Amino acid sequence: MVSYILRRLLATIPVMGVVAVFVFFLLRLAPGDPAAIIAGDDATVTQIAAIRAKLGLDRPVLEQFGLWVLGMLQGDFGTSIFSNLPVSRLIAQRVEPTLALALSTLLVAVALAIPLGVLAAAKARRLTDRLVMLFAVMGFAMPVFLIGYVLIYVFADRLGWLPVQGYKPLSEGIGPWARHLVLPSLALGITYMALIARITRASMLEVLSQDYIRTANSKGLATGRVLLLHALKNAAVPIVTVIGIGIALLISGVVITETVFNIPGLGRLTVDAVLKRDYPIVQGLIIVFAGVKVLVNLMIDISYAFLDPRIRY
Amino acid sequence: MSQVTAITAADEIEAPGPGWASRLARAIRRNPTIVAGGVLLVLLIGLAVAAPWISGDPFKQTPVNRLRPPSEKFWFGTDRYGRDVFARTLHGARISLTVGFAVAAISSVLGLLLGLLCGYFRRIDAVLMRVMDGLMAIPSILLAIALITLTRPGLAIVIVAIVIPEVPRIVRVVRSVVLAIKTQPYIESAISGGTRTTKLLARHVLPNAMAPLIVQATYVCASAMLTEAGLSFLGAGVPLEIPSWGNIIAQSRDFFQIAPWAIFIPGAFLAVTVLAVNMLGDGLRDRLDPRLARRL
Repeated sequence: MVSYILRRLLATIPVMGVVAVFVFFLLRLAPGDPAAIIAGDDATVTQIAAIRAKLGLDRPVLEQFGLWVLGMLQGDFGTSIFSNLPVSRLIAQRVEPTLALALSTLLVAVALAIPLGVLAAAKARRLTDRLVMLFAVMGFAMPVFLIGYVLIYVFADRLGWLPVQGYKPLSEGIGPWARHLVLPSLALGITYMALIARITRASMLEVLSQDYIRTANSKGLATGRVLLLHALKNAAVPIVTVIGIGIALLISGVVITETVFNIPGLGRLTVDAVLKRDYPIVQGLIIVFAGVKVLVNLMIDISYAFLDPRIRY
Repeated sequence: MSQVTAITAADEIEAPGPGWASRLARAIRRNPTIVAGGVLLVLLIGLAVAAPWISGDPFKQTPVNRLRPPSEKFWFGTDRYGRDVFARTLHGARISLTVGFAVAAISSVLGLLLGLLCGYFRRIDAVLMRVMDGLMAIPSILLAIALITLTRPGLAIVIVAIVIPEVPRIVRVVRSVVLAIKTQPYIESAISGGTRTTKLLARHVLPNAMAPLIVQATYVCASAMLTEAGLSFLGAGVPLEIPSWGNIIAQSRDFFQIAPWAIFIPGAFLAVTVLAVNMLGDGLRDRLDPRLARRL
């Protein structure tokens, strides 16, 4: 077990290495002079040269790469071109809203989607199942911003139950904080829910056709007990896998959701950086987001061993 | 030989196929999702192609008519500059569909080539798959954003930016098919019979990879359209003057509470288009790949 975890941990190094190389060389291989593009159309030659120096483009490539990676390992993600602040500090300032949004979405999505999927599988081919599947198919086609605006329109604009936009930090009280998170979490979570509900249903259907489920049913166990203890437990591996795959969806969705709901998190930081072409920030954010994704996948891999003791490595 | 053809020809004359109406009914009964998705998609493509003839000028600004709700004159209302949302939405379909199909086609070709290489040559596999893993670790919208930050905006760069994160998904599918086929006895016998690798790949491996590839390509198409709209919505997509659905929505963002139609209508079109492509993909998956269908 320990050696398995260690091996999986080591396997993340090449992945992050590729991410770093890619993000680094993107700046160098981009068509045209990135410094000129970042500086904008009316920049002077000296301004362009200043940006080139700031990006380290005036040094040998390998030296730049080495310094950059070494810096990141020490928590130094470079300096923003426009604000001159360290990228790591800019990121740290914006972590709370994004983390709150992502965790509440994860919680809402998993807590609603798994029961829906189990219900659909238990009532396979009946109306309940059809409705859940309809929701899953529709949810998968809806763009996050459309869901977001529809929710704002109905629950904030028309009904006035919840705030339209914005974010309140947790330090200002749990009530306002939670109220500001309801709509964004739902908007971001619906696609994710659709994905999890679909896999839960499929995985449950497969398990429910097994002999030991028939045995459990025929010896008179309560349906709920069979579904949850016998079936869901054995259907867990694909479900957990998809929860992990969905993290990518969640990260891409965060960027859009924060824009719709005007939440000052990492997503907004990304968009603002892109609009100003502040590449060091974009670079740092990609490394952070990719790191989160790799870490989540690592945790999922490790969880298999606990979910299914038959899995040996 | 001539006898055989004579017999089949005679059969065709004696037993004429069922009429087109009943054949259509049978197709619908058998593959309702393919038919529904296909019909929706053809309808949307028709609207996109016919946009210049059936709708007005998507760029014409009439400030007197700004933020008008849907009416007989402006079916989908107008936006902040008094532009016709109906015209803009139909023209937006052209952008979305172009991006969707272009990304699906380009990433299928690239993914197929790389997937065959990975599945067939162990050494290439070891290197390429690490690269693919790395690319897949970067959320697709962020990867596209990074690329777009460094270039001048344009439709082509948006397509390239979406292709890069989508390729690994296709490579994985093709590679897994190739790895599964490689152990089959008929491939082993073809190898021992001295079949050249290129012929082996083209004749035996490629046909097996086609079905999953087509299914995956439809999902890539749907996801590309969503990504393009997301990028444009964030202001990092196609240039602002192009009326893509994402751009229409982005430009109406600040007027959401006064003119929600300028957001809801293009958004609904996007959702329906993605839905149609996904339905087509689900239907094709069930039809072409029953094993995959059972798993999902």
